[in-house]
Amino acid sequence: MSADGPERAHAFKKGGHIVIVGASLAGLRAAETLREEGFTGSLTMIGDEPDQPYDRPPLSKQVLLGMVPAEHTALPRRREIDADWRLGVPAIGLDLDAHRVRLADGQEIGFDRLLIATGVRARPWPNENERDLDGVFVLRTNGDAARLRRRLAARPRRVLVIGAGFMGSEVASACRELGLEVTVAERGPVPLVGALGGVIGSVVARMHREHGVDLRCRVTVTALEGDPSGRLRRAHLSDGTAIDVDAAVVCLGSIGNTEWLAGSGLAAGPRGVACDAGCRAFDVNGIVTDDVFVAGDVARAPNPLYEYNFLFLEHWGNAVAQAEVAGHNMISCGSARRPHLAIPAFWSTQFGVSIRSVGVPTFADEMMVMQGSLEERRFVAAYGHRGRVTAAVAFDQAKWLDFYRELIMAAAPFPPSFVPVDRPPVMRSMSPEFPDPALPSHGATVTITGHLPNDQRVVFTPARA
Amino acid sequence: MTPDTMLKRITDYGSRADPYPLYAELRKTPVARQEDGTYVVSTYWEIHSLLHDPRISSDRRNLAGPWADPDIEEEDATLPPSMIRLDPPAHDRLRRQAMRPFGPPHSPEYVDSLRPELAGIVGGLIDGFEGKGQVDIVDDFAYPFPVTVICRILGVPREDEPRFRDWVDLLVSTLDLAAWDDPAERQRTAQRARLELGRFLGELVAARSRKPGDDMVSALVTGHGPDGPMSQLELISTAVLLLIAGHETTVNLITNGMLTLLRHPHVLERLRREPELAVGAVEELLRFEPPVHLLPQRVTLADIEIAGVLIPKGAPMTLVLGSGNRDPLRFDDPDRFDPERRDNQHLGFGSGIHTCFGAPLARLEGQIALVELARRLQNPRLVADPPPYRQNPVLRGPRHLLVEIDGIAP
Amino acid sequence: MRLVVDLTRCQGYAQCAFLAPDVFTMHGEEALLYDPNPDDAQWDRVRRAAAACPVQAILVDQTEIPATAQEGTHVR
Repeated sequence: MSADGPERAHAFKKGGHIVIVGASLAGLRAAETLREEGFTGSLTMIGDEPDQPYDRPPLSKQVLLGMVPAEHTALPRRREIDADWRLGVPAIGLDLDAHRVRLADGQEIGFDRLLIATGVRARPWPNENERDLDGVFVLRTNGDAARLRRRLAARPRRVLVIGAGFMGSEVASACRELGLEVTVAERGPVPLVGALGGVIGSVVARMHREHGVDLRCRVTVTALEGDPSGRLRRAHLSDGTAIDVDAAVVCLGSIGNTEWLAGSGLAAGPRGVACDAGCRAFDVNGIVTDDVFVAGDVARAPNPLYEYNFLFLEHWGNAVAQAEVAGHNMISCGSARRPHLAIPAFWSTQFGVSIRSVGVPTFADEMMVMQGSLEERRFVAAYGHRGRVTAAVAFDQAKWLDFYRELIMAAAPFPPSFVPVDRPPVMRSMSPEFPDPALPSHGATVTITGHLPNDQRVVFTPARA
Repeated sequence: MTPDTMLKRITDYGSRADPYPLYAELRKTPVARQEDGTYVVSTYWEIHSLLHDPRISSDRRNLAGPWADPDIEEEDATLPPSMIRLDPPAHDRLRRQAMRPFGPPHSPEYVDSLRPELAGIVGGLIDGFEGKGQVDIVDDFAYPFPVTVICRILGVPREDEPRFRDWVDLLVSTLDLAAWDDPAERQRTAQRARLELGRFLGELVAARSRKPGDDMVSALVTGHGPDGPMSQLELISTAVLLLIAGHETTVNLITNGMLTLLRHPHVLERLRREPELAVGAVEELLRFEPPVHLLPQRVTLADIEIAGVLIPKGAPMTLVLGSGNRDPLRFDDPDRFDPERRDNQHLGFGSGIHTCFGAPLARLEGQIALVELARRLQNPRLVADPPPYRQNPVLRGPRHLLVEIDGIAP
Repeated sequence: MRLVVDLTRCQGYAQCAFLAPDVFTMHGEEALLYDPNPDDAQWDRVRRAAAACPVQAILVDQTEIPATAQEGTHVR
């Protein structure tokens, strides 16, 4: 059944079959939106994890601190969704022409429309032998969090955090709050440099050190060494030093869960599934599909405010907003469809500081501290790209960000010319100090084959990670 | 009716009982310049936006050009402005210091721990209705309740009320611009009343410095946060603010609440049976009949454009919270009182960094008071509708609310 | 009971941490940590906290209202 015209759309809404692959935040909110907006057909929820949808942000905070058990973060429901749940069984294949999803247990499930919301997973430690040492952890699922929490509760002598992005910084913060010795090894010059730039990263570096973190920047971990029984005991760093550790938390970012889409003909790779602003997936040729939608961390969608760049956002709020748009558009047609235009926003809590961001800080060539002071860790900084405001970051100053969001939406000039309350003595524009984009990235490579226009096709080649 | 006299019309006492038709008129011009150069903002999104706009100051010292007030520095030297008249970073520091003994992150349990005491005071006041056929909800209940509470919190002896009552009344009256022909006289009066209140509370601060008790003033005197202690004058200024804000607003919340319930008997009846309705009812009251109708003291730090109007730097602004709360562009059916309204992001406590300091306390006071009034007053009947209102257009609420009752339930 | 706070909306007003201090905790001035699965005995306080949130960021499960929801707001 297709849903192009209003009549067909109506019939689809009444009796169609929707399959959602990915039973986490985005999948759940999309399902709720479908029901909320009157979808009465059948709905199948497929998830590789055995649990009902649960929330992940508390895993690196409340759960590690022991305030909340790892299995206690199930997401509240906005409404009943009356779905056929297939949990604990991953999808392993998609046949676009036949409209069928293949599951790991051999089942095949047909659909009229499909939503891909498979999210991302933690990038594992690259060395497979070292990865399996007892004491090496990643943190993405509630199972990961439970294991890591158990280890932290057993009070290891020293924890090594590999990578000082948001996850690494939050883990380090939790360890210090638990009174554990912790070393953070970061390839870049300061923590969070990739997300917020070196200027603000330096503020975070001071937060680490003042809270007793042994922060080591510009180093990588070259090897994890185990004892004969397979327990982690030492880490070797690129500066030639070695440290004795009982636990290592690998915080090297994430990878899109898209392997199951290999060969499906969709534009899917380690950096997600490309889709349009209405959440419709692109096929590998860059042509938009009709019946396959994408939402959440796995989606890579163009944002008009950022020069139509495809943004791959692992943001909680983005997952919710995009899922709502996807759900709406799956049962709407033509002009009733909506674009996903939410301004990206994220938060992190570490070392007792609330870090908030609106816009896309990495989309910037300049920044300026507008309010407060970096030294006191209470400030708002605006980011600019080619003379307009593209982002703002606040430390413990969240109440002002609505204003900066409006500046971003209005493409207000950068640097801003006004004088705000609590302005620093000197207001000047500076480089945010983002790393050179030529640094190794983990993206997929695309090549075009064929010579005649009718033959030309795009193919993915394996990532060069 | 022209937009540039609207503020005058609104502050006119004749409009007090029902300013809402005027607000509807006013919202046709979301930003309206008044004859005296004040800019009045009356629509929800514009007010909300300004409350989060760092180009807007709460500090009168930023009034510029024709609005500049040369006497301010001198006045402030005697008793410095309280946090509501300051900008960050001074505002943020004072608020953090004041919050230490009152709320999270340092004293998260404090307000919640007051619940039994609040219930006790409410119970005692309603017990006092025994044998009366008519009560004044203001004088017999909604006024003495929060006064007793704030006195206990701060450590002010309850019997000292006559010592501060007249000064508080005088100071509150100076918020009513229309009641004063001479602005300089109004300022001088306000300053004098603040100084007298400061003198009164200064004695308390001195006494607690010598011998601390378990009250908030003692905690502020002795407290050692990362920001250090407030200066003596800052402490007195903060105490004056908390004493006044701690009861002059709550009296309106409770009285407006009871009046609204009596005008919506089916809701009153439901509240009797379903006391949990009070939570939503209080939020809706904060939207529908907020205790504070106007925020009269914001100043632009730059030329800003809002809703197509350019407001020059240094100009005074008045934000009409009571109007924003009834804006149909934000709230469905805004003139309907709906205790189960969803997405009720009202402006009843303001928004942004100056959001009401005592909001959680006011919420609990309002909830407990209305539940118990609904439960215990037997067959309550409004004697006059509308009731007589307070003069004040900023802190708007009835001056008396006479209610006939058949008796009280135990 | 299941709940979640949309921390993208949260601006640190801390109303929830006042009204349900065993469920919502300020960790520093503006950072909120909370129990996503509090005991049903906290229902009354959680409801007050959710209603008081100035940015309406607290979502309490709409499909599993506990029986204690009827207990009301009396202070005992």
